[in-house]
Amino acid sequence: MSPQFVQYLLTGLTVGAIYALVALGFSIIFNASHVINFAQGEFVMIGGMATVSLVAVGLPYLLAIPLAIATAALVGLALEKFAVEPARDASVVTLIIITIGASMFLRGLAMLVWDKNLHALKPITGDKPIAIAGATILPQSVWVLGVTLAIVVALSWFFGRTLLGKAMLATSHNRLAAQLVGINVRMVLFLSFGLSAALGAIAGILIAPITTTSYDVGVMLGLKGFAAAILGGLGSGIGAVIGGLVLGIVETMSAGYLSSAYKDAIAFVIILVVLFFLPSGLFGKRGGERV
Amino acid sequence: MKSTLAKNSFKRGFAAAAAAFALISGPALAQEPIKIGAFLSVTGPASFLGDPEQKTLELYVDKINAAGGVLGRKLKLVSYDSAGDAEKARTFAKRLIDQDKVDVIVGGSTTGETMAVIPLVEAAQIPFISLAGAVVITEPVKKWVFKTPQSDRMACEKIFVDMQSRKLSKIALISGNGAFDKSMRAQCMDVAKNYGIQIVADETYGAGDTDMTAQLTKIKNTAGVQAVLNAGFGAGPAIVTKNYRQVGITLPFYQSHGVASKEYIKLSGGAAEGVRLPAGALLVADGLPANDPQRAVLVAYKHEYESHYKSDVATFGGHAWDGLMLAVDAIKKAGGTDKAKVRDAIEATHGFVGIDGVFNMSPTDHMGLNLSAFRMLEIKGGDWTLVK
Repeated sequence: MSPQFVQYLLTGLTVGAIYALVALGFSIIFNASHVINFAQGEFVMIGGMATVSLVAVGLPYLLAIPLAIATAALVGLALEKFAVEPARDASVVTLIIITIGASMFLRGLAMLVWDKNLHALKPITGDKPIAIAGATILPQSVWVLGVTLAIVVALSWFFGRTLLGKAMLATSHNRLAAQLVGINVRMVLFLSFGLSAALGAIAGILIAPITTTSYDVGVMLGLKGFAAAILGGLGSGIGAVIGGLVLGIVETMSAGYLSSAYKDAIAFVIILVVLFFLPSGLFGKRGGERV
Repeated sequence: MKSTLAKNSFKRGFAAAAAAFALISGPALAQEPIKIGAFLSVTGPASFLGDPEQKTLELYVDKINAAGGVLGRKLKLVSYDSAGDAEKARTFAKRLIDQDKVDVIVGGSTTGETMAVIPLVEAAQIPFISLAGAVVITEPVKKWVFKTPQSDRMACEKIFVDMQSRKLSKIALISGNGAFDKSMRAQCMDVAKNYGIQIVADETYGAGDTDMTAQLTKIKNTAGVQAVLNAGFGAGPAIVTKNYRQVGITLPFYQSHGVASKEYIKLSGGAAEGVRLPAGALLVADGLPANDPQRAVLVAYKHEYESHYKSDVATFGGHAWDGLMLAVDAIKKAGGTDKAKVRDAIEATHGFVGIDGVFNMSPTDHMGLNLSAFRMLEIKGGDWTLVK
């Protein structure tokens, strides 16, 4: 492998890991409600911005990061409680439109609460590049990859081994049946927003030292995360992770070997081709809608 | 007890308000104010331009009024937030012309907003001073349109002159896909050959991109590259700068005037050390030699702005200072607000010392600046220094 290839691969994995975290957030809410939450990108922004402002008032990372994640989770819960739940009898399309409105509202609010400037966070452990096989990677990228991996492991334990996780999974498979066996599906929906928001916030905090953060950083990351979720198959956890990584790697490889001007176009063309042959994504549930 | 206190203070407040009202309305009744119209991107993606511009206009309209106004008439600022949206800019410009009936328009934080408004001001025949950068605004010359910021073509030329003096002739270009980036890239490509500069690599990145190491690795592996130039503003250049150090490129690195704010140094951390860029003299106002023609104007603006708003001065606010003062200067020379006379007076501006440079307008040049308006700066120790 040439050093160039290793560099593109490492970069692609880092970028892809962030897309994967955002995509996981989309999938969790989609599973609980069949709603695509377009405010997912805003959770990413809240995570980053809240950490910036908490660090600015003098808190150490060890306190600032959990507080920022909690803030985002609270915003997620509030979004469900005050915007989605009152409209729970409405159609899925209506709910999706509500989340689009919520994302605009949150962006505007962030602009007022914080400001319109870009902010940088200090990397968690220094910014001296690490050399691997002729390529370089930032310590922060190692954090991104490590934390993403840890989250994937934790989530698979949560959904596979805990009662609450199983309840959420059951709701995603069949809402009515889940309700009949005594699962509080409203509580599941409520918690899924909190969990998604926390995941988004973690992504936002991890990426802020690399890319800087601002009130509108969620727009593009939300879009890319959504694309990753679609590619992997909406609702599939493993699909979200693979979708994110594939999207990240395809983007950097096309920037490196083909043309940086068309890298987004190339990535989206590949997504379209995949969806043409596998309409429900790489790992999505097979079979048509039952009527 | 408490309620009487409240009532008293209420009464006093009312009296004060009434007095203030009488003070404001007194002279205004005697003579119509001169209306300065503005549309600026105070919010939205270009708010880092519009925000200091708006603050500058407010501060100096107040200052001029406190000093007695212009030709004995007060100034009145009518300002709208176009939020970086060309469509909104058009609507507000129409309102400024038709409803507010302003005497002159200063504004248009971005090139897109400015270009959308030009057909309106040309039709309404009203003097318009734009605060946006691109060359297309004043080339070809439009009768009623002027601009104050240095153009992106000048930025390219300034950089190429510096490269020439360092004997660098093969360069790599990396730019974003925004309007500013694209326009600057095109201008640089256009003038490169005049300076014997050859562009051997041309990479781009997207607006929300989080990592540019792929593009930079490609540049690093391109044979013969002697320097790298990044055209862009906002988060992009800061990420490029960090990635530049990460992949270990040691070639001279140039940024554009789009990053000429302290923000850029802060965002890129230590990675910005040694980066060179062309910028207005405002950033190094206090470090200018005493005989510099702009020094007095720059130092005064910097200190007035910073003491009033308690925040760092930005070059973009300087564009608005120039716009307002050029308009005021022209109104004084025209002896009134007759639009045609004011336009002629702006076009006849000669030797006007502003923030962006010394303006010498002419019927063929509605910007009036030459390369001396840009200074070549280098970032050293987290601050700007003048390149000698």
